[in-house]
Amino acid sequence: MPLAESASIVPVVVDKDLCIADKGCTVCVDVCPLDVLRIAVKDGAPETAYMKYDECWYCMPCEADCPTGAVTVNLPFLLK
Amino acid sequence: MDEIVDGITQIDCDILIIGGGTAGPMAAIKAKRKNPDANVVLLDKANVKRSGAISMGMDGLNNSVIPGYATPEQYTKEITIANDGICDQAAVYRYAEECYGIIQELDQFGIRFQKDQNGEYDVKKVHHIGTYVLPMPNGDTVKKALYRQLRKARINIINRYMATRLLTGEGRVAGAICINTRTAETLVVRAKAVIMGLGAAGRLGLPTSGYLYGTYENASNSGEGYAMAYHAGAGLANLECFQINPLIKDYNGPACAYVAGPMGGYTANAKGERFIECDYWSGQMMQEFYDELQGGKGPVYLKLNHLAEETVAEIERVLHIVERPTRGHFHAGRGTDYRKQMIEMHISEIGFCSGHSASGVFVDKHARTTIPGLYAAGDMANVPHNYMLGAFTNGAFAGLDAVDFIADVDHAAFDQGEVDAERARVLAPTKRDDGIPPNQIEYKTRRLVNDYLQPPKVTAKMELAQARFAEVREDMETGMYVRDAHELMRALEASTILDCADMAAAASLYRTESRWGLYHNRVEYDRDDENWFCHTILTKGADGKPTHRKQAVEPYIVDIADDEKDAYQNQRVTKTVAAE
Repeated sequence: MPLAESASIVPVVVDKDLCIADKGCTVCVDVCPLDVLRIAVKDGAPETAYMKYDECWYCMPCEADCPTGAVTVNLPFLLK
Repeated sequence: MDEIVDGITQIDCDILIIGGGTAGPMAAIKAKRKNPDANVVLLDKANVKRSGAISMGMDGLNNSVIPGYATPEQYTKEITIANDGICDQAAVYRYAEECYGIIQELDQFGIRFQKDQNGEYDVKKVHHIGTYVLPMPNGDTVKKALYRQLRKARINIINRYMATRLLTGEGRVAGAICINTRTAETLVVRAKAVIMGLGAAGRLGLPTSGYLYGTYENASNSGEGYAMAYHAGAGLANLECFQINPLIKDYNGPACAYVAGPMGGYTANAKGERFIECDYWSGQMMQEFYDELQGGKGPVYLKLNHLAEETVAEIERVLHIVERPTRGHFHAGRGTDYRKQMIEMHISEIGFCSGHSASGVFVDKHARTTIPGLYAAGDMANVPHNYMLGAFTNGAFAGLDAVDFIADVDHAAFDQGEVDAERARVLAPTKRDDGIPPNQIEYKTRRLVNDYLQPPKVTAKMELAQARFAEVREDMETGMYVRDAHELMRALEASTILDCADMAAAASLYRTESRWGLYHNRVEYDRDDENWFCHTILTKGADGKPTHRKQAVEPYIVDIADDEKDAYQNQRVTKTVAAE
């Protein structure tokens, strides 16, 4: 059976203006215990961090360790 | 990232430590200090900087045994009673004797503990008998402090590799098979000793929110330690003694009566009345909580709204900054304020976690499992109620003993066929063109855990669980499908979770009595000391399914008087305490 494309709103939000992934920063991706963050690539170059997988324990290392304060951890919709 | 790469590498080390949360780093530091020449590898499926249950920190030590406040005898007695008598005291006693030294070492690492005006540790009373709770004002720095020590000790750290099976040979441990969580490449690690500190099985029951990762435990702790020990042939003790915790409903973080209790907060029913005498977590306390919820007197609440502003502010400072810092966001989103109303609590989904109960891989006072050279410490090892300080202390014991073990042995030979078979099992979901995604396998398993295994336990329901788990297993083994390496990690976790679910059902059926309050409340059976005052040891049977034996509780080192045995049985408040 084929897979569906079901939408899911994700709790981790990254402020594109503050994120310095384009300068090579991967701190939030590195520290996430569940490994749910990735760096979006545009035209072959890193652009910004984003939450790729909706598997969040809302624990906050990504927000706490971000050097520019670009990351905000919200509560997942299902439990907020 | 995440594209599946075909590849296999093999490395050798002296001591492999799997799990970089709490017990693992301490085991590594202790082993390396004792033998600086040893090649110590610390491996984690996340990043050691932020992995494990204390990812963001911890607000206090729940079980510190500090001279002047408590004695090892008193603590051993307290834990024996709280765990309904099923306790090999040697491990608890050794912990109680040596944990103070670990506190002092953590202090030297830069982790501060609360002190009074005289510079003495400011220990609080939460337990029924003794005084053991020590707040940590800068508990958010724990992982950073540990990481500094790991770097200083030159521990070899391997991040983002998930161990999937242990290797054994010559009657002892031989290493582990691991997989890169971002590329699916295989890593075989040969080791003379292996220390497991893989945490709780926290993704076993499904939280009431239905969100797979909204668990009480760090959701990365999905029970690999339990499953790997099982498949390697180690004994697991008292798995029917589930972990169930009181928590903030939906948020699923701890309510932290340990923090609020000494400051005047307490657990209350809908009328604002106190109904349990002691907020220390035990099976009997959870039974009273459950009875209040089911008996029409719930919901149950955390009550702080009778406290002074400065007290509430202090509680908020601790609870909203350290262990689960998103808790402040949660209350802001709900519009709830400790000052204005009571906060709704609930009981958690079930899990395995000896940190709070007693379900774990069987170990002795050296953290040795039943397989030579294989150690376990922390939430996954069966030293009861050992919490974070127990993980540190027992991790230290494991590291120290492993150094002695490797002195006289070389790497054990193992069957290469085991590696090939494991690679075939691990990579099977990558070889299909479509099928069932891991999150649906996991959801179904955990929904069935809630439906059929959550206490009160009923024989017929647990047998239904076993039948349904077998169906899910068949679907998983023949039809699970992943699209990338990240999904493959989730697929392996789903397999682990199903193993743990099978073990939870088998263990709960085996012990035909009720014990540990709600944790193993089998409605058809009463408590039966004559037949069941013993450990139950689960191993993998010849048919590949869980099998059991009884094991005697070692003779007590610290005697328990008859009139003390029931201290944790009588939890219900007999006089009504009026709401303020």
